[in-house]
This record gives sequence, C-alpha cells and structure tokens, in this order.
Amino acid sequence: MSSLPLAVARRRHRRGVRHTLDVRVSPYAYVAPFLLLFCAFGLFPLAYTAWVSLHDWTLLSDEHAFVGAANYATLLADGYFWNAVFNTLSIGVLSTAPQLVLAIWLAHLLNRPLRFQTLFRVSLLLPNVTSVVAVVVIFSQLFGRDFGLINWVLSWFGAGAVDWAAGTATSHVALSTMIMWRWTGYNALIFLAAMQAVPRELYEAATLDGASGFTQLRRITLPMIRPTIVFVVVVSTIGAMQIIAEPLLFSASTGAGGVGASGGPDRQYQTLALFVYEQGFTKFDFGYAAAASWLMFVAVVLVAGINYLITRRMRGGLA
Amino acid sequence: MRLRYLTLVAVVFFSAFPLYYSVVVASRHNSALAQVPPPLLPGGNFFANVSRVFDTVPFALALLNSVLVAGSISVAVMFLSTLAGFAFAKLRFRGRNALLLVTVATMTVPAQLGIIPLYLLMVKLEWTGTMYALVVPALVNAFGVFFMTQFLSRALPGELLEAGRVDGCTTWGLFWHVVLPVARPAAAVLGMLTFMSAWNDYFWPLVVLTPDNPTVQVALSTLASGYVNDYVLGLAGTAVGTLPLVLVFALFGRQIIGGIMQGAVKG
Repeated sequence: MSSLPLAVARRRHRRGVRHTLDVRVSPYAYVAPFLLLFCAFGLFPLAYTAWVSLHDWTLLSDEHAFVGAANYATLLADGYFWNAVFNTLSIGVLSTAPQLVLAIWLAHLLNRPLRFQTLFRVSLLLPNVTSVVAVVVIFSQLFGRDFGLINWVLSWFGAGAVDWAAGTATSHVALSTMIMWRWTGYNALIFLAAMQAVPRELYEAATLDGASGFTQLRRITLPMIRPTIVFVVVVSTIGAMQIIAEPLLFSASTGAGGVGASGGPDRQYQTLALFVYEQGFTKFDFGYAAAASWLMFVAVVLVAGINYLITRRMRGGLA
Repeated sequence: MRLRYLTLVAVVFFSAFPLYYSVVVASRHNSALAQVPPPLLPGGNFFANVSRVFDTVPFALALLNSVLVAGSISVAVMFLSTLAGFAFAKLRFRGRNALLLVTVATMTVPAQLGIIPLYLLMVKLEWTGTMYALVVPALVNAFGVFFMTQFLSRALPGELLEAGRVDGCTTWGLFWHVVLPVARPAAAVLGMLTFMSAWNDYFWPLVVLTPDNPTVQVALSTLASGYVNDYVLGLAGTAVGTLPLVLVFALFGRQIIGGIMQGAVKG
C-alpha cells in the first residue's frame, strides 16, 4: 500500500494538462445543463415579467408602449383585484390552519409502534397522488346542490340543500375541503419524519414522570420539531397564496359552464392567481397581468414572512 | 390505543372514499345519480361510460402524450439532477456554494410569477400547442438538483471517488462507474415523484396546449367543463386518467413515502 501515492503521482504527471483540465473545468460542464435551462425558463421569465408589467402590452398590437407604473396604479384601484386578495387570504386561512393542526395530530398518532403502519401511510398519501383535476371533479359531484352526497348526509341533521358554489363562505369551505383533502396526509408524513428524529429517551423520561400523551406532544414533540413546523408553514403559505386550479375547475364543473376564469358568477371565489390568469389568458392584457403577478409575488413574500416570524416565536405551550 | 386505531381507520376511510365513490358514479348511468338515497355500490356501466369518454375527447392521444411527456421529463430530471448533484456534492469548483444557494432560494419563488413571459417565449419559439412547451422547461429543476445533492453528499463516500481516481478514472468515468450505481435508489424515487407531478400537472398544459392535442389532465378538464353537467362522463375519464398513477403508487408507495420523508428532514 505504501507505493500508492507514488503511483498516483506518476499517473497524474503522465496525463498532465488534460487531467488538470478535467478536474478544474468539468464540474462546470456537469452543472451547465441545469444552469442553462434554469436561466432560460426560470430566471429570464421572472425578470421579463417586471419588464412587461411596465408596458401597455396586449396580444392585439405589436407596439408595446412604455407606461411606467400605470398598470400598478390601475390595479390598486381595481375592486376585482382586492376581491381576489380577500378570497385568496380567506381560502388560504380556511385550508391551511386546520390542515396543519390535523397533520400534526395524525403524525403524533402514527409516531408509535403500530400495526399496519405502511397501510396507514400509503392511504395518507393517496389523495396527494390524485390530480387536481380529478380532485375537483370528484368533489364538485360530492358538493353538488341537488344530488351531492354531502348535502344528502347533511339532510339527516335537518339541513336544507346547500348551494355550495353560490355563496362566498360556502364556496370557500368547499374549495378549502378539496385542498385539505389533497395535502393533509402529505404534511402529516413530513411531520412524522421530523418526529421520528426526536430522541426516544425524552418520551421515556416523560412517561416515567407521568406525563400524558397530549402533554408529551405539547412539551416535547412540538418544541423539538419547530424547524419543520416553520418549514411546512412557509411552504404551505406559498402554496396557498397561489391556488388557481381548484377555483378555475370548480366553476367549470359546477355548471357555470365554459371558461371559469372569473371564479364564479359574482367572483365569489376568484383567487389572485386566477385573476392573473383571467387578465393574461382570457383578456390577453399581458402588461396588466404581469403587474398583477408582481403584486402577487409581493403578497406571497409578505404573508410567508409574517407566518415565518409568528411560527418561529411561538413557544411550545401556545400550540 | 383503541381510539388511535379508530381515528386512523377513519383517516383511511376519508382518504379512500372519494376515490371509491368516483368509481361508483363512473360505473352508473346519469339517471341513477338523482336517486335518494344516492347509489353507494358500483353499477355495470363503467366500460360504456369509458368508451363515451374516448368518443367525446381525444383521450387515447391524451394518454399517449402524457406518457411521453411524463416519461421523458422523468428520465431527463433523473439524469441531469444526478449530474449536477454530483458536481455540487463532491467536486470542488469556484462559485459552487453561491450557485447552490441560488438553487435553493429559487425553490421558494412562486412558479406562476413567470408564467406570462414563459408563454410569450413559447409563442416566439412556436412551441405553443406542442409537447415541447411542456418537456423542455421541465427537463431539470431546482428541487431535483437539491434532492440529489443532499443524497450524494451523504451516501457517496469520498474514499470511493479517490479509489476511482487512483484507478485512473476521469471525472466522467467516476460519474459513470461510481456515482450512478450509488445514486440509483434516490434517482428512482426522484423519477417517480417527477413522473407523478408531471402526469398531474394541469395549469401550464392548460395555458399552452389546445383541446385537440391535450394531455390527460387537459382532456379531463375539457370533459368536466361542458355546458351540460355530465358527472358520469367526467368521473369515468377521471378514473381512467388516475388509475395508472394509483397503480404505480400502490406498487412503489413504500419507496415514494421514504423519499418524501427523507427529503423533508433535510428541508
């Protein structure tokens, strides 16, 4: 074995320049496909959005007049824009808050030696494998006014037929249910992964001290997995601020007919992302839509940032 | 203890029931839906409804398109992410940390921010209405690169690479003979996750494609957004479009879940 370094040196010397080139330059070649594609289809569109938003840019004319911040000014005075902001926040809170509490609780239940562990995990993720389109089509049927299963079940308790898609509150509840169904299990698995990294001894000591399961969850688990909670809260917030497919399909498949970009006849569930889609791809007002995209981005950063600060400060006992 | 099992059984029920019920509706006739109480068991109309799906929209073409798009994206993502992940995890070069940081940072930028220019770009390239518009931008992504970087920096021993160097491997030789075999399990998980998300992708295909050359999801949304509410038709299509994925998931669920949970701890 002692002759090994010598052999290495000899070989390296023999190959000389070509070897140096290989070691110094080839790493760039390996990351190049990623970086090039990323710049072309990731970074460039982001920067270009800002450029487009400063112009009067429609599909109809080839001239794109520079208008400065005019698109932004119009947006801030646009009632439909603020309606979309409200709907996004409302659906976001309704879908995310209960979902995360439920996900933590489910992860807590699974974080013990259990039979059928794999079965439980697979069925938790099953909704997440289902496509958005499938989810909305299925739930639109379940939430149907006349023959939906949910109204049928509610009628056992004496409730009348609810027209879920028609009202603001009811449509937000219906959409939030779809989002929750699709993402709760996924987040539960992420929490479960974090919980499994918590040292067992902590729980054993707590059990000896007579702490109940719920106390252990509050005093040990939650503080220990706080980084993961922060991560999931931020990721879920970013996702919730961009909801589009659910409302877009919901209005299409609940009989409103045709394009669903308005988010219901009274815009009762048009989200921000759907507003951008309506301006960009049904009215082809790209400048206005691009400006709306940027404001949406600002909103995402703001809300995600606020949630980040709140979750980070939260002490275990609060949750 | 008993309460825990009861709760979890309830979770299994709520996860599976909507899917089950969609099959029930898909196998019935439209008139059966108006019954009170609603039907809770599958009927015998499933194949008739499915053939109606194929008559209403170009569903065979949609299935073919989806298989090709999701398949080629998965292969490309697996390969290019492993390539870049190897460089980020194990090779030393100037600017490595800065580039890695940028990669991670972009994972938090909402994808929809760039959708207008991306569309304009596709118009310029004359790729609208074609599968290029779906495949090319998705050939590699920040998540995949990050995922493989994490895995390789943990699972690939430095000694193995040094031994390869001693044996006279070039960097490419190392990648081919040492890195790829080690990366295979993680790359497989990444491939399955990518396939599922490419198969389920809806919004971007809706924007750039036309109803006469759709993917499965675009075809399904066409089915669901008719002027007449034909739930049976929509759900029969949904069943056929979702089934392949549920099968893949049933077969490899354990590995997929492992991959998600591993990625999560690192994140």
